[in-house]
Amino acid sequence: MSKQAPTHKGRPTTSVVQQRERRKFLRSLAMGAGVVGFSLLGLVPSVSGAALRLRPPGAIKTPDDEQEFLAACIKCGQCVQVCPVEAIKLADLLDGAGIGVPFIDPRAQACDFSCDGLQCVLACPTGALTHELNFPADARMGFARLDKPAACLAVQGKGFKGLARGANYTGKLRYEEIDRWNPIPVAEHPYDLEICDLCVRQCPIEQRITACEEKRQAGEEKPTARVAMQVGNECPPKHAIELRPIDGKDGVRRMQPVILDGCVGCGVCEMICPVGGDGPGEAAIVIDIHQNTDTRRG
Amino acid sequence: MNYIKESLSQVLGNDPTRPKKEEQPERLKQIYESKRNKLSKADLMAIEHHSHVWGKWMRRRWITLILINLLFVISYHFDVQLVEGALTASRVIGFHFADLNSALQVMLAYKHVVLNLVIGTATVFVLWLLLGGRTFCSWVCPYHLLSEWAEYLHLWLVKKKVIKNHVFHRKTRAVLYVVFALLALLTGYTVFETVSPTGILSRALIYGPGIALVWVGALLLFEVFVSRRAWCRYVCPIGITYAVVGTLSPVRIEYNAEACHHEGDCRKVCMVPHVLDLTIRGRAHDVTQEVTSDCTRCGMCVDICPTNSLNFKVKGLDRFL
Repeated sequence: MSKQAPTHKGRPTTSVVQQRERRKFLRSLAMGAGVVGFSLLGLVPSVSGAALRLRPPGAIKTPDDEQEFLAACIKCGQCVQVCPVEAIKLADLLDGAGIGVPFIDPRAQACDFSCDGLQCVLACPTGALTHELNFPADARMGFARLDKPAACLAVQGKGFKGLARGANYTGKLRYEEIDRWNPIPVAEHPYDLEICDLCVRQCPIEQRITACEEKRQAGEEKPTARVAMQVGNECPPKHAIELRPIDGKDGVRRMQPVILDGCVGCGVCEMICPVGGDGPGEAAIVIDIHQNTDTRRG
Repeated sequence: MNYIKESLSQVLGNDPTRPKKEEQPERLKQIYESKRNKLSKADLMAIEHHSHVWGKWMRRRWITLILINLLFVISYHFDVQLVEGALTASRVIGFHFADLNSALQVMLAYKHVVLNLVIGTATVFVLWLLLGGRTFCSWVCPYHLLSEWAEYLHLWLVKKKVIKNHVFHRKTRAVLYVVFALLALLTGYTVFETVSPTGILSRALIYGPGIALVWVGALLLFEVFVSRRAWCRYVCPIGITYAVVGTLSPVRIEYNAEACHHEGDCRKVCMVPHVLDLTIRGRAHDVTQEVTSDCTRCGMCVDICPTNSLNFKVKGLDRFL
């Protein structure tokens, strides 16, 4: 076979320079294609919806279409920095084009709106978290769902005593009766409940409704109270969750959490639920990111 | 020679224009003629004595780069609120700042422009207009510093003949710039941000490391073993964006042919050596000439030049002083 090699001699030889230039061109093409190819791989988890997540309040998205949100986000993490409970994390490379985009893992730390003023929305420089959102009750992050009714303590007719998520849990919530301005670790706040109602008790929407009700009653006694606190949406117009009694043939008093139209999907119920593992979606009650109160009604 | 036109041409990947002999001023020709003979032993000694890589400007630059990135980290972790956010967008003492290239990607992908982003982009535009455009690259970008260290390893391996440097077409970067802009526009996703080591590193420093650092590591390995400074030279659109801003900037490196030995140490240390082609004997257009805006104003050439033929200059500043 090697004897055939000299046949090349007959062909016109390209100059060394030309050959070098051609190699350089091909090399450049391959390198450029490599970089672009890799960046295009990033579209896969985003376009396919595999990287859909619970997003901070105000994210411009419909439950199953985050394209605008991912496009508008400049991946700077200013929302992360202002959150008092550190609920917001930034996605990694596996989220492809969603890299550096904020998300919330509610089981680890939900948004409890304890900043009151939607600080993440105010911090966002691009409007990916829209400034059109003025009040927590208008947020459309997701919708809670009693995912494992059999595991729910209330459904079993059980109470709850102790630390909701154990002593090593690092998540925080604001307990207004303890400190209006500083959230404290859930691990420092034991409960003693005759029937477990943690998802209802800790729901930020329900808490706000209760607070507004108290203010309203106080206002009736003192006409000089600020009316601004009572108008508009700051007082949520709709309840988000309640416990309803269910018929038990065995005579045990059982209750079931029922999610109502006012639910914004903040994830506090999923966070505080004392049953189930610590992983995302492992609680008895979880946030369904493919729903919100509008789509559910629709 | 038009500075802006020449700068843009080089940024797009063209070779620097060669001066026509008849257009070179007599004085420059005389200078070249007077240095026709090889360097004297005394000259070589002087070069040996003067040349140092670890110079004044490198010290200043590394300190600045580290301090700026540290400010982001400290602001977040100690809640100082001086520089909130990351390099892609931030608030500096409350004022909006937005990286020009990240903002461009967002605008192309999102197709709406929010006022805050316009303010942030304009602020940063003016900032780098004043400070030199690609000054961002060598004085702020965290990837630049890592890449600089990878470069030393690369050069050492080349010297030991373990590896060979592979050069690419400089036009690749211009082509990729258009490709990434089009991809953002057409797909509606900020495609470049997925692979931008600047954004990845800045966020990793501030918010903690992640898997994305593997990509940055791969880029660094590529630069160590395959091609010197490949990302900054042949890919990064951030560099092009700031190079365009830099065409209008008064902060420049000025070359003076008077004392130059043309021995080329400056080109050896330069990240974008094509901008220093004017230091090759016979290639300057004039006795003094400004280095084009693809230059990152890192000052390595200023540090290494044994004859002070390259210096920082702020155009028009002498008029005010």
